[in-house]
Amino acid sequence: MRNMSVNLAGVELKNPVMTASGTFGSGMEYSEFVDLNKLGAVVTKGVANVPWAGNPTPRVAEVYGGMLNAIGLQNPGIEVFRKRDIPFLRQYDTKIIVNVCGRSKEDYCEVVEALRDEPVDLLEINISCPNVKEGGIAFGQNPKAVEEITAAVKKVAKQPIIMKLSPNVTDITETAKAAEAGGADVLSMINTLTGMKIDIHRRTFALANKTGGLSGPAVKPVAVRMVYQAAQAVKIPIIGMGGIMTAEDALEFLLAGAAAVSVGTANFVNPTATLDVIEGIDAYMEKYGIETITELVGAVREHPGSSVSFA
Amino acid sequence: MPEKWKETARIIQRECIGDEIYSMWLETEEIARNAVPGQFISVYCRDGSRLLPRPISICEIDERDRTLRLVYRAVGKGTEEFAELSEGEYLEILGPLGNGFPLDRCGEGKKAFLIGGGIGIPPLVELAKQLKGEKQIILGYRDERFLDDELEYEGSVYVATEDGSYGTKGNVLDAIRENGLTADVIYACGPTPMLRALKSYAEAEGIECWLSLEERMACGVGACLGCVCKSTEIDPHSQVHNKRICKDGPVFRSTEVEL
Repeated sequence: MRNMSVNLAGVELKNPVMTASGTFGSGMEYSEFVDLNKLGAVVTKGVANVPWAGNPTPRVAEVYGGMLNAIGLQNPGIEVFRKRDIPFLRQYDTKIIVNVCGRSKEDYCEVVEALRDEPVDLLEINISCPNVKEGGIAFGQNPKAVEEITAAVKKVAKQPIIMKLSPNVTDITETAKAAEAGGADVLSMINTLTGMKIDIHRRTFALANKTGGLSGPAVKPVAVRMVYQAAQAVKIPIIGMGGIMTAEDALEFLLAGAAAVSVGTANFVNPTATLDVIEGIDAYMEKYGIETITELVGAVREHPGSSVSFA
Repeated sequence: MPEKWKETARIIQRECIGDEIYSMWLETEEIARNAVPGQFISVYCRDGSRLLPRPISICEIDERDRTLRLVYRAVGKGTEEFAELSEGEYLEILGPLGNGFPLDRCGEGKKAFLIGGGIGIPPLVELAKQLKGEKQIILGYRDERFLDDELEYEGSVYVATEDGSYGTKGNVLDAIRENGLTADVIYACGPTPMLRALKSYAEAEGIECWLSLEERMACGVGACLGCVCKSTEIDPHSQVHNKRICKDGPVFRSTEVEL
């Protein structure tokens, strides 16, 4: 393996590949297929201050080249998570990133505070879930709210803070800059795009929640574009995600300016997708004689002679 | 913890056994010899635009030949794709998944109902083969029958059809009443309205009842929380009244779940 290590806000990851929140639980289920020691980090399913029951079923639906989900952030609450999930992950030589969700600023801060003395490496603040009525996306679509909540969380957090941004906005650079202004250490993007599917035979919505978050290869070009735009607008590192199925997909994100990547929906298609992406990046580096992966970050070039301005 | 495998399985036999109903025998490395009745496998589509695996219950297991049989209805693009494959072709599968039917709840001298509705019938085949005791197999169909002839070898079969074209006109409970059947334990798989009716029947009669549930799934292994059902008590894993059908089920004691 070549030097694939990356640094996120002072935390050294052995490689830039991590799991996307909500697709990997806390790693227990997929540890039957994936050696978690090989991952750059495990990003957990979102956890709140108290247990959440989530949305009614059906919660998932397949669409062309992607899927919709409206789980609604079901989670066991921070108490059980601390006692069960963190010790499980700590057995492995990987970084732990805890995704934090809440219905109010106070909720987020309560979880972040509860994690102060826990052996976790980074916190990812989910202000972009499209499937809950309060909190989630309501914060993530308003730059002022993004800045406020980032600052509030930052005040109580011991670990570096990643703000997970929503793609359901007109200008991603506004929320990216707002998070940076609030003191975010890292950005994570993109969360899912709000979508809908209708069952024409039953004449019902495919999801009980009517709308759900679109993920999978269908969203990748949108995600790459947004990572590129945000990378031009902020100085803090970005974790890129959205439809990464292969190493080639991951490399697009790195070249667009992501310092690291998350693999999400691909886990459902291929339980070893994360490991396949790591191997594929290594093969690419070997093929092109890349010594350290950081050489690739943001290394996309304009077409010669091109003068089109973008972003 | 039960182990799971992702494998490339060879299709060694396939046939259409009814209107849109297909039977397929798959040769596996590990999955067949580790599977138990009531478990399912995830079958992946070849067409990359269809991302999610299709959860399909295991109909029969041949441990010695390392083969397993799926019987499924081609109801959408994914299952239609499987139906078009020929013998000798390969499919990506993951399994065995979930927990099966508890065989030890029905020993010699006990009487069981094995109840299947429509495409919930296939898992009863392996269950009937492995279960001890007296087996009364009650099958509900809309109209066309399938697998009832094979199940005749494993117990006494009673059929209900919605249109009355064969057996009792009505549902599986009508067939139970019409034939004056009784049991010590019930095993059932089928549409939710049927399972809901069986749950209240079993609880009113004081009969132990095991139900195999179904829901739209994504990961199939308990990570994504897509396929939950309501549980009577707070579930220790979820800490709420939700159980994961793919991981904690698909078979549940009727009293554990709300339908």
